[in-house]
Amino acid sequence: MPAVRLMPTQESADLIELTRSIADKELRPHVAAAERSHAFPRETFATLGRAGLLSLPYPEEYGGGGQPYEVYLQVLEEIASAWAAVGVGTSVHALSCFGLFHAGTAEQKERWLPDMLGGELLGAYCLSEAHAGSDPAAMRTRAVRDGGEYVITGAKAWTTHGGAADFYKVMARTSDDGGRGISCFLVPADSPGLTADAPEDKMGLMSSVTATMVFDSVRVPAERRLGAEGQGLPIALAGLDSGRLGIAAVATGVAQAALDAAVAYARERESFGRPVIEHQGLAFLLADMAAAVESARATYLFAARLRDAGRPFSRQASVAKLTATDNAMRVTTDAVQVLGGAGYTKDFPVERYMRETKVMQIFEGTNQIQRLVISRDLARG
Amino acid sequence: MTTLNIVVCVKQVPDTAVERTLTPEGTLDRESPDGLINELDEYAIEEGLKIAEAHGGEVTILSMGPAKAADSVRKALSMGADKAVHVLDDGLAGSDALATSAALAAALTRVGFDLVILGSESTDARTGVVPAMLAERLGVPQLTLAATVEVSGAGVTIHRLTEDGYAVVTGSLPAVVSVVEKINEPRYPTFKGIMAAKKKPVRTLTLADLAVDTGAVGLAGAATGIADWAARPPRTAGVVVKDEGDGGSQVAGFLAERKFI
Ligand SMILES: Cc1cc2nc3c(=O)[nH]c(=O)nc-3n(C[C@H](O)[C@H](O)[C@H](O)COP(=O)(O)OP(=O)(O)OC[C@H]3O[C@@H](n4cnc5c(N)ncnc54)[C@H](O)[C@@H]3O)c2cc1C
Repeated sequence: MPAVRLMPTQESADLIELTRSIADKELRPHVAAAERSHAFPRETFATLGRAGLLSLPYPEEYGGGGQPYEVYLQVLEEIASAWAAVGVGTSVHALSCFGLFHAGTAEQKERWLPDMLGGELLGAYCLSEAHAGSDPAAMRTRAVRDGGEYVITGAKAWTTHGGAADFYKVMARTSDDGGRGISCFLVPADSPGLTADAPEDKMGLMSSVTATMVFDSVRVPAERRLGAEGQGLPIALAGLDSGRLGIAAVATGVAQAALDAAVAYARERESFGRPVIEHQGLAFLLADMAAAVESARATYLFAARLRDAGRPFSRQASVAKLTATDNAMRVTTDAVQVLGGAGYTKDFPVERYMRETKVMQIFEGTNQIQRLVISRDLARG
Repeated sequence: MTTLNIVVCVKQVPDTAVERTLTPEGTLDRESPDGLINELDEYAIEEGLKIAEAHGGEVTILSMGPAKAADSVRKALSMGADKAVHVLDDGLAGSDALATSAALAAALTRVGFDLVILGSESTDARTGVVPAMLAERLGVPQLTLAATVEVSGAGVTIHRLTEDGYAVVTGSLPAVVSVVEKINEPRYPTFKGIMAAKKKPVRTLTLADLAVDTGAVGLAGAATGIADWAARPPRTAGVVVKDEGDGGSQVAGFLAERKFI
């Protein structure tokens, strides 16, 4: 059953309808096979790009859709409910364009943003390192100035779309001044010296590639630095506030899919002579699942509306990410329970939803880090 | 050649995925379920857009239907059509194929056309006769069940789907063409198309605007009527064939009995 949505405009309602029909025809029929064969669906991203779904939250003057986060996130949720890895990829792409949009000069934006938002290119961002995940200020990858260029050396771990992307937003150290010594660069995928290690062998999101990107003296023109030297970490963290909203929406989409699968099964499956949904013990589990999905949606939409209104939303973004991904973990785990033994097999998608959701409690800041962000904000008063 | 004036007829139909019901008058309930563009009409729109792109031309959407058909008109515009005409009049409710063709013919005469494209049938009534009736009323060639359409100069050539292959049919423009789903792969609207659709002109015409006699359309003008109807019997359990060495021949026997093979 599709989620009930209250869209702010006619065109955003039409946009949701378009997303649902693309999800039904281009995503749902292919997800199971791609997850089984670990096939990265590059062509699917091109389809979304051509329809204009990869650039919705950016202004029309740069080729974006000019849509508020309230709308963009609901489209993202619909995509993720059909195919989680594509939802994650869509969010990562939006995040990889964020540094240029927010920290780039007018000239930089005019030069690169239209192509990045044009739907043909796919982005990635490189913040984490093997020893610097929750604490990115501990990063060691260096960018050393050499005339009109920077020379980047190091390795960025866990890059979603690593090796498959067309451009990388890269955070690298330009001085030893901790979190204030990091700068942000826009690096083209075909830069000499930039290679991807073998992809990680993950628990879920098999059709999304995650790889360490190795920078072996990669030369990047100084004009590709976004913002001032030393501004890289604030740029990355500002992007993460928005990225976390994306992950909250993605998790809600997967949870919705799990709820739908569980309800459909519980109405058909019989035990003790009636459909299992008529046993109160199970029906209340389903009711709790529905409450978890709908409250997650309300939570991320509230943070989105704050953002759209130009108000601070960092704490609410962390609340949304924490709530939506923890709720989704519970909902997808319970969906397996609702299907009983069948839920534990790969004949049904619910075990996949459960595996896919786990990482959402980990990336874009673990849920421990979200609590850190929230509690620090509370302490500041 | 001057640019082609292509008109694509689009009907809003109830979603086939949900249970459809009849009104007490025996006509289809069009109010409660979600309305969608009749699927074959999406192929007609795609073909119209392709012809306009290849030869230069303008695509007008023509839809007859209640107020909520405006949603389907907007979707057709978001796929790329240039403008639309919505024939909207309470007097049209209950029109059968004959009455529908009268209203559409009047609208087409009013807006003008070189090429009219329709889906070969709608998923609700499935009579499949409107394209032919329309061509007769307009006095132009009808080229129906097209699996390909080729426009050249002042003519149009189609591959007409037949039971055992196809027939090549040629006619002069203006003409009416109906298409089958083999013909193409309808495009998705784009978000830009959705935004652009808001600004495209949609003209609403009433029966009075078209000078159509109210007695010729609607339930009053219908030449056919529903005498009686019954709900489809619930699905039975079906036959389970247990394979004890003769499963194949049992299945074949079952199919042969029903003349499937
Ligand atoms: C599939 C996948 C895709 C990813 N995609 C990207 C990407 O595209 N780009 C990118 O830059 N990164 C990406 N990441 C990396 C991801 O953001 C990190 O894994 C995450 O930030 C956690 O870092 P870590 O793995 O080093 O864990 P650690 O930092 O080592 O944490 C280990 C544990 O300690 C906890 N912990 C750490 N510090 C604290 C603290 N102060 N208080 C309480 N608990 C704490 C953590 O919550 C966690 O439970 C991806 C990761 C995965 C798995």
